[in-house]
Amino acid sequence: MGLKAYAFETSIRGALVAGALLGSQTARADPPALGLETIGRLELAWTFRTGNPRGHAGAPAVSGDSIFVLTPFPHALVALDLQGHERWRVVPDSDPRAEGLATGGGVTDGPVLAGGRLYLTTLDGHAMAVEAATGRVAWDRAVASLDAGETLRNAPLVQGGRVYVGSAGDDAGARGWLAALDSGTGRELWRRLSTGPDGEVGIGPQFRSAYPTEAGADLGVRTWPPEAWRQGGGSPGPILADAELGVVVYGTGHPAPWNPDQRPGSNRWTSGLFARDAATGAARWFTPTNPHDEHAYGAASPNLLVDRPWRGVDRKLLVHPDPNGFLQVLDRETGLILSAKPIVPTNAVSGLDAGSGAPVRADAKRTHADTMTRDICPAWTGPVLAEPALSAETGFVLLPTSRLCMDLEPRDSGVIPGTLSIGANVRLKVPAGPAGALVAWDLEREAPAWTAEEPLPLAGGVLATGGLAIYGTLDGRLKALDARSGRSLWEYRAPSGIIGRPVAFTGPDGRAYLAVLAGVGGPLGQAARGGIDVRDATAAGGLANAVRQAAYRDILGQGDESGSLLVFRLP
Amino acid sequence: MRALAPAVLAALAFAGCQRETRDFRTDPPVLAALDDVAPLPNRIGGAPPDVYVALGQPYQANAYALSEGKRLYDGMNCKGCHADGGGGTGPALLDGWWRYGPDIVSLYVTLRDGRPRGMPSYADKLNSEQLWQVAAYVQTIGSYRAATAATSRNDQMQSRPSENRGPARAPLTEPPSR
Repeated sequence: MGLKAYAFETSIRGALVAGALLGSQTARADPPALGLETIGRLELAWTFRTGNPRGHAGAPAVSGDSIFVLTPFPHALVALDLQGHERWRVVPDSDPRAEGLATGGGVTDGPVLAGGRLYLTTLDGHAMAVEAATGRVAWDRAVASLDAGETLRNAPLVQGGRVYVGSAGDDAGARGWLAALDSGTGRELWRRLSTGPDGEVGIGPQFRSAYPTEAGADLGVRTWPPEAWRQGGGSPGPILADAELGVVVYGTGHPAPWNPDQRPGSNRWTSGLFARDAATGAARWFTPTNPHDEHAYGAASPNLLVDRPWRGVDRKLLVHPDPNGFLQVLDRETGLILSAKPIVPTNAVSGLDAGSGAPVRADAKRTHADTMTRDICPAWTGPVLAEPALSAETGFVLLPTSRLCMDLEPRDSGVIPGTLSIGANVRLKVPAGPAGALVAWDLEREAPAWTAEEPLPLAGGVLATGGLAIYGTLDGRLKALDARSGRSLWEYRAPSGIIGRPVAFTGPDGRAYLAVLAGVGGPLGQAARGGIDVRDATAAGGLANAVRQAAYRDILGQGDESGSLLVFRLP
Repeated sequence: MRALAPAVLAALAFAGCQRETRDFRTDPPVLAALDDVAPLPNRIGGAPPDVYVALGQPYQANAYALSEGKRLYDGMNCKGCHADGGGGTGPALLDGWWRYGPDIVSLYVTLRDGRPRGMPSYADKLNSEQLWQVAAYVQTIGSYRAATAATSRNDQMQSRPSENRGPARAPLTEPPSR
């Protein structure tokens, strides 16, 4: 027995030595890229523990032989070399009050690398620029006010010498805004609000909506009860730029409070898509996707810019997976909706009105104060919480989806500074069948090409590279599928659930790398980490109710006390 | 004799009814004195005001006061962060883990002065009696032991076991991570 084991060990060792020799020879000859044939050989190179237990969303930034990680609040920006050694670390001052406003698990994204600098936003409202080589802070500006209920969640967009920052705080009754800062100095160039008079929103002569409902003076005031727009939500999600058109495109958040009966009217300009002039912030167009939002959907989901033929004509498209469950394809020059098809089971919205682009709501799933509406699909979290990706090889849009539904009971709620005026009792529900899926959407056919079903909702972004779809799950599996068919090719078990987005890059040594943050959290994962008592169905935005159900229970205890960066390498 | 029995029973029944006296408005000097807590230097624990003891700790064991606390818990947006006790952006109150102590004085100080990680101060929104009512209600949510008084059930969504089912605390397990 002992002899056998010894013989086995030596043969393994021999194989390893031979493999290493072979590997180094082929590496010198032609380093393989990450693709369908090589993914099976991907191996873990090193990990880096961040020491932060919150949800790790977003992706690290990579430049040359450096990799930069922004840990969740209270933040630390860490620069590592490609062996996993720490180069420098910047720990910005933090205001602990931000934690109380950190809805949805308080996940943040970033950093963004541009022109040798890292740009980042902090949950407590600062925008910063840091020299990538040295870790020196170039500038640090307080742009969002915690006193007003504002926090910063998304990575800034850096484009054309400007840094675009959008505020979050719908649930805290903050008025959402988008601001542009000078990338050199951090000086604020302009700031446009999501509600209020036309002058503050930036509606002027440039504004041309594809829909007649959007014409009229001061809709940001007149579509609200008196003064209610001041408490209106409206927070930009991820911001995208089209340099050719000179616009930035983003979705606004939902109005506050959730209770729709407290704010009769269409509640402009919340829960819709804005295109603004990149230089001046003037609005170009606005397309409402959930006017008079009854389900706290908002429209601040991650979008994609796609240039491709549409019905035989080359068009500049915006692919918008709306939180109401419909994947909308818009012409991003005009804001016209070209296609809207459900990507998850939906019942709140039955379709889109062709004339106004507005959703047609099912009467049975409308919500009113002090009235329980059951089994609304999708849940307020929306079907797509993290970045989809366009697979270049197949042309499919890869969407990480969640199929959760909800029971919603709006109730009266006032705005009290420092608190969240949710104004609803809500519990999330896991539907019968799979709770999530990776959907490969064929834009041409307006239908899924394939669907890889998942027992848990997907809450992390997708990476499309080399014909692969790579994504992580809430129970900590990093998966690679064949983007043509959805066939599973590779899987790795991470120490914690994944809500981050994998990134692939080639190191200075010519080898292919893959990096992803693991650390469960966010609106669909925060109950895994403890601190939430799931006996209360409404805890953590209703997530507790879903977690009590069998399919979801597995994520309890999946939380690690620290998030980690996993770096894989091809031999 | 037969005619007397119902009369005796009725007399006994009425004698058993003690109507609680309730003021429309608490005396201002009492309200001011109720704010006179003496927390320890670290703002955790401490002594309640003398008048609180003199009044016979009127909030923790009084169903009306607890119900008022529950109403204020909803109206003051406590639910926005702590949900119905299960937590969200704020910590859970059901689970028996108290960052700043489980006693009523700690809870009062938390509500009145706020705490650093996002808990706002309610000093300018509620008077001292209302603060005691909310503190007493919050204490029953995560109580370590059965109370002699409880609020009524939720008027809206029955999101968790109701307060009158005895101690809400889960068996002591691992403390919640941060």
